[in-house]
Amino acid sequence: MLPRPLFPFLPRFPRYATLADKIAWWLLRALCVAVLVFLLAPILVMVPLSFSGSSFLVYPIPGWSLKWYRHLFESAEWARAARNSAIVAPAATVIATALGTLAAVGLARAELPCKGLLMSLLIAPMVVPIVVVGVATYLYFAPLGLADSYFGLIIVHAALGAPFVLTTVLATLAGFDHNLVRASLSLGATPLRSFFRVTLPVIAPGVISGALLAFATSFDEVVVTLFLAGAGQATLPRQMLTGIRENITPTIAAVATLLILFTTSLLLVLEWLRGRRA
Amino acid sequence: MGAADGSAPGALRQALARAQRRRQWRAFSLTLPLLLFLLLTLLLPIAALLLRAVENPEVARALPGTIRALDGWDRRDAPPAAAYAALVRDLADLPDGADAGALARRLNSEVPGARSMVMGAYRSRPFAGSDEAIRQRLLQADPRWGQAPLWRAIAKNGARWTPDYLLAALDLQRDAQGRIERMPADQRAFVGILLRTFQISLVVTLCCLLLGYPLAWWLAALPARAANVLMILVLVPFWTSVLVRVAAWIVLLQSEGLVNRALIGLGLVAEPLALLFNRTGVVIAMVHILLPFMILPLYSVMKNVPPSYLRAAVSLGSPPWAAFLRVYVPQTYPGIGAGALLVFILALGYYITPALLGGADDQMLSYYIARYTNVDVNWGMACALSALLLLATLLLYGVYRRIGKEQPIH
Repeated sequence: MLPRPLFPFLPRFPRYATLADKIAWWLLRALCVAVLVFLLAPILVMVPLSFSGSSFLVYPIPGWSLKWYRHLFESAEWARAARNSAIVAPAATVIATALGTLAAVGLARAELPCKGLLMSLLIAPMVVPIVVVGVATYLYFAPLGLADSYFGLIIVHAALGAPFVLTTVLATLAGFDHNLVRASLSLGATPLRSFFRVTLPVIAPGVISGALLAFATSFDEVVVTLFLAGAGQATLPRQMLTGIRENITPTIAAVATLLILFTTSLLLVLEWLRGRRA
Repeated sequence: MGAADGSAPGALRQALARAQRRRQWRAFSLTLPLLLFLLLTLLLPIAALLLRAVENPEVARALPGTIRALDGWDRRDAPPAAAYAALVRDLADLPDGADAGALARRLNSEVPGARSMVMGAYRSRPFAGSDEAIRQRLLQADPRWGQAPLWRAIAKNGARWTPDYLLAALDLQRDAQGRIERMPADQRAFVGILLRTFQISLVVTLCCLLLGYPLAWWLAALPARAANVLMILVLVPFWTSVLVRVAAWIVLLQSEGLVNRALIGLGLVAEPLALLFNRTGVVIAMVHILLPFMILPLYSVMKNVPPSYLRAAVSLGSPPWAAFLRVYVPQTYPGIGAGALLVFILALGYYITPALLGGADDQMLSYYIARYTNVDVNWGMACALSALLLLATLLLYGVYRRIGKEQPIH
C-alpha cells in the first residue's frame, strides 16, 4: 500500500515524462481551474452586490448596507411570490414523491411486458421541451378553468418532478434485498405494513433524494408558470423574471443570494444522503 | 401443493405462469397511478397540441354551405353567384358573433383585409333576394368580393384537417391547385429560425465538450475525497436557479461589468466589448448552465476506464499525448456521446436564457412558440412549431437512449 500523498492535487510525474509533457499537464490543470472559476464566479459575484449601498450593480462596491434585504422583506410582491412558492413546490413534491415511489416499487418488483414503452411514457416529462409543456397545458387547461389556478400549476409541476423521484428510487431499489420483504410477509406482516416498516426505511435516502430533486424542479420552474399561472400565482422565479426584464436592482441580487444559500443547503443534504446510501 | 406430487409438470407450469401474471398485474397496478396522472396532466395535453397542429376547424365549421357551393369552381376568377348566396346564408346561420370573429381572424391570416370584409358581411346579414342580388350587394359593400383571393382561401380551408401549419413551419405552402411549393423568399422565416436553433445548440455543445472534458478527466483521476469536494463545486451552479445565473451574467457582461473592466484593465481591448443582448452573451450563459450536464456523464464513464491501459500504452513506447488520444479518448466515446446529446437536446428547447440575454436575431424556436401562443394568438402555428421541436427532441432522445444502453454502468 502506497503512503497517502501529502498533496493529492500535485502531480507525481513518472520518470519518462518529458518537459513538454509536464508543460502540457500544467496547462491542462490551468484550464481545469479556469473552468471551475467560470462555473462558480458568476454565482459568487452576486452575493456581495446584495450588500451594496449603491443602487447600481457595479464593482468596486462603494459602501455596505442591508437596505436591499429590508426592501425585499417589506415588499408585498416578493412576499406573495415567496408564499406562492411555499405553496406550490411542497404540494408538487408530495404528489410527485408519492406517485413516483409507488411506480418505482412496482417497476422494481416484476419484469413487465412493454417495460421500455412504459418507462418512456413515465419519464417523458423530463424529455419534452419545457415550452411545449407550457403551451400544451395552457391550451388544454384554460377551457377547463385550470389556468390561473394553484391546482393546475401544482399538478403540472408534480408531473415534471415525478420522473426524478421514479429514477432515483428505482436506482436505490436496484440494491434492495427483496428477501427482507419475504421475511416480513412470512412473519405475518400485511403488504402495506411490510412496505412502511421494511421497504421504506431502507430506501428512504433514495426517496428523500428524489423528493429534493422534485422540489428543486418545481422551485426553479419558470416557463410553465409563465403560461399557466395568473398574477396571483406568481412564484419566486416568475417574480424574478419580471425583475430581470424590467431592471436588475440589488433587490434581485438579494433574492439571488438567498436562493443560492437555500439551494446549496439542499444540495449538501442530498450529497450527505448519497454518502449514506453508498 | 397439488403440483408438488410430481405427476403434473404441466399443472405446475400453469400455476407458475398464473403466479407470474398475478405478480405482473400487482406490479403494474402500482405504476398505474403515476401513468394515469401523467396521462391527464401532460400526455393528453401534448397529444391535443399535436392534433391542433393539423386541425383547421374555423372555416369548415362556419361555412359548410359555401364550401359545397365552391365545389367544382376553377379557383381562378370570381365564383358563381350561388357561392355568394351560400356565404350569406352560412353567416346568417352562425349561432353568435364569436364564431364570425374566429372565422374572420382565420381568413385574415391568409388574406390581409379579410377581417373587415367578413365582419361587414356578417353585420349586414341577412340579405334577401336572388343569388345575383346578394352578389351585387356584397360587391357594393366591398369590391374585393369580386376578386378570387378570399374565395380561394375559403375553398382551401374547407377541410377540417390541414397540413398548412406544418408546411408553413418549414416555409412551404400549397398553391391554389394544392401543390406544395416553397414560400416566396420574403415570407420565409422558419427554416432560418430552425437552423439558428440548431446552430446555437451545436456551438454550445462544442464549447461544453471542450471545457468539460479536461475537468471531468481531472476529477476522474483525483482520489475520491478530493474528487468529491471538487464535484460539489460543479454541483453548486447546477443547483442554483437558472434565473440567478442569467442575472449574474447580465451583471458580469454589461459594458461597465467586471468582464469588460478586466479586459480593459489588462489592456486587451480599448473599448468595452458588446457581450450582452447578442449571440456571445447567449452562448456564454447557456454553456454555463449546461456544462454540468456534460461533466456528469463524462465523469461517470471516465471513472470506469482502467488507468492501467494508458500506462500500458506508454510502457510500450507511445508518447503520453498519443496514448491519451488513441487509447484513452476512444474509451470515453460513450460519455462524449451521452453528454453531447444531452446538452444538445436541452439546448434545443431553450427559451428563457436567449429571451433575456439575446437580441432579436438570437431567439430560438421556443421563443416563437411562446410568441405565437401569447402575442399573435395563432395557436395552429404555435402547435405546428411545437410539433417540430418535439419531433427533433424525441428523435435525438432515441439516439441518446441507444448510446446510454451501451454504457457499462447505469
